[in-house]
Amino acid sequence: MNGATYSSFLEIAAGLVILCAFVTLWRRSLRAIVRTLAVQGMALGVVALVLGVRRHDVVLIVVGCLVVVAKGFAIPTLVRRVLANEPRSRETSPLVNVPSSLVGAGALTFLAYGATRPVVALVSTSAGRLIPLGLATMLIGFFSMVVRRKAVSQIVGLLLVDNGIALVAFLATAGVPLLVELGASLDVLLVIVVLRVLAVQLWSKFAVLDLDQLQELHD
Amino acid sequence: MNEFTHVVTQVLVAVFQVAAVAVGGALLLGLMRKVRSRLEGRVGAPIHQPLLDLRKLFAKQRTRPQDSSWVFGAGPVVLVATVVAVTAVSPLVTAHPPLGQSSDFFAVVFVLLLGSVLLALSALDTGTAFGGMGSSRSMTIGALCEPALLVAILAMAIAARTSNLPALVRIGLNHPALIASPARILALASFLVVILAESGRLPVDNPSTHLELTMIHEAMVLEYSGADLGLITLGESMRLVFLLGLFVNLFVPWGVANRPGALFFSVGLLALIAKVAAVGTTIAVFEVFTAKMRLFRLPELLAGGFVLALLGAVTAVVAR
Repeated sequence: MNGATYSSFLEIAAGLVILCAFVTLWRRSLRAIVRTLAVQGMALGVVALVLGVRRHDVVLIVVGCLVVVAKGFAIPTLVRRVLANEPRSRETSPLVNVPSSLVGAGALTFLAYGATRPVVALVSTSAGRLIPLGLATMLIGFFSMVVRRKAVSQIVGLLLVDNGIALVAFLATAGVPLLVELGASLDVLLVIVVLRVLAVQLWSKFAVLDLDQLQELHD
Repeated sequence: MNEFTHVVTQVLVAVFQVAAVAVGGALLLGLMRKVRSRLEGRVGAPIHQPLLDLRKLFAKQRTRPQDSSWVFGAGPVVLVATVVAVTAVSPLVTAHPPLGQSSDFFAVVFVLLLGSVLLALSALDTGTAFGGMGSSRSMTIGALCEPALLVAILAMAIAARTSNLPALVRIGLNHPALIASPARILALASFLVVILAESGRLPVDNPSTHLELTMIHEAMVLEYSGADLGLITLGESMRLVFLLGLFVNLFVPWGVANRPGALFFSVGLLALIAKVAAVGTTIAVFEVFTAKMRLFRLPELLAGGFVLALLGAVTAVVAR
């Protein structure tokens, strides 16, 4: 793979990650959002694969394949199961309307570019230039956790944050050690299982999945 | 003498581009309607039907509302005049259009905007309820489109270091790697959203409806008849072809005549027809499967377009 193809592949894959983050804010249907997350997971895996092929790093290629399987297929399937349990909440109910949250996300992207300038100057490779995209994805994830109050939206926000962190890790370092990457992915998987249990409990208790219902303590 | 031939060729090129866009606009409308009816299981009108409609409209008598002022008559004329002006100087068939130096992307957009504004004014001029409603909606959409479009142009201009239209197309021809750059792809995606919104195509406005609650563009032209209506139809279809032609030439510039000569010119024309027809067919197929969006959901779509353009601009600045 020569330099120009490598960097344009990398740019497009990383661009797809941030684009998917915006699409999750744009769409209302939770199903479509989960599909978008699957695409984002795959794009993230492609970033790792491209980097691995470029650096002849077998471990990174393995990690890339694992990321594609875990974030492109396994996690979206789990989230979809949660959705299947609750026929009433097909749509997100954002506290901030869609145009404003899109503009807010645009502002967060600017913030990410501004905040990572020293880091980018330090790394100075074509991969390093894309680090702001990872940070922006992370910030958009936090933003979406703040403005969307449904349990599934919280999972989506968490996954966005995780994907952003993973993107920064891939781009900034010469690949995270396999164990660390696996540990982080398993962590997220565990969190999703916990959130799923929480969602099921919420559903059986209140028949809604709105976290704002959780205001008092019960036995 | 050489100077004289040069001027004559340039004028011929301009006339040719305008004629191609005028005929092509009507044919594109016909093609899109044909694709749509075929997919819906109907035979549909022949592709050249809009041309026949235009002939019929120009032969008919025009009626003007009693209390309307000169603005009402000026609307259609200015609409067509602005499109003709920008078509003559834009890189559609050739990458070296006449007066190419002054064909700036921002200027072209603002000249086109002049036509839309005058059309909205002339709809208000008659004082009917529908006209005012149509103008207000159309201006709302226009106001939401404009920032997205300007930022999209900015993104392309930063990447290419010029906002001159022929130069933008030629850069695509000479450096194909630049076309695949994320900045340009994002900017063009946003440009496509804006084209659909500005030309009143389906998720934004249904061009074939006359239902009072939903129509936007049709509400503005309700009072027009005869030659005036013909001019508006012509202007709108020319604008659609012009914008789509610009889009395809910025996105896939291959085939555009980069050198003078009749051969390159005809290749350029054929390439333009093929590319615009392909995009038109795609839009028509997309329209069959799409419902019109609620008016109050439109800001979401256009904010999406704006954010795409913004991302494009940010990427362009960083990648520089």
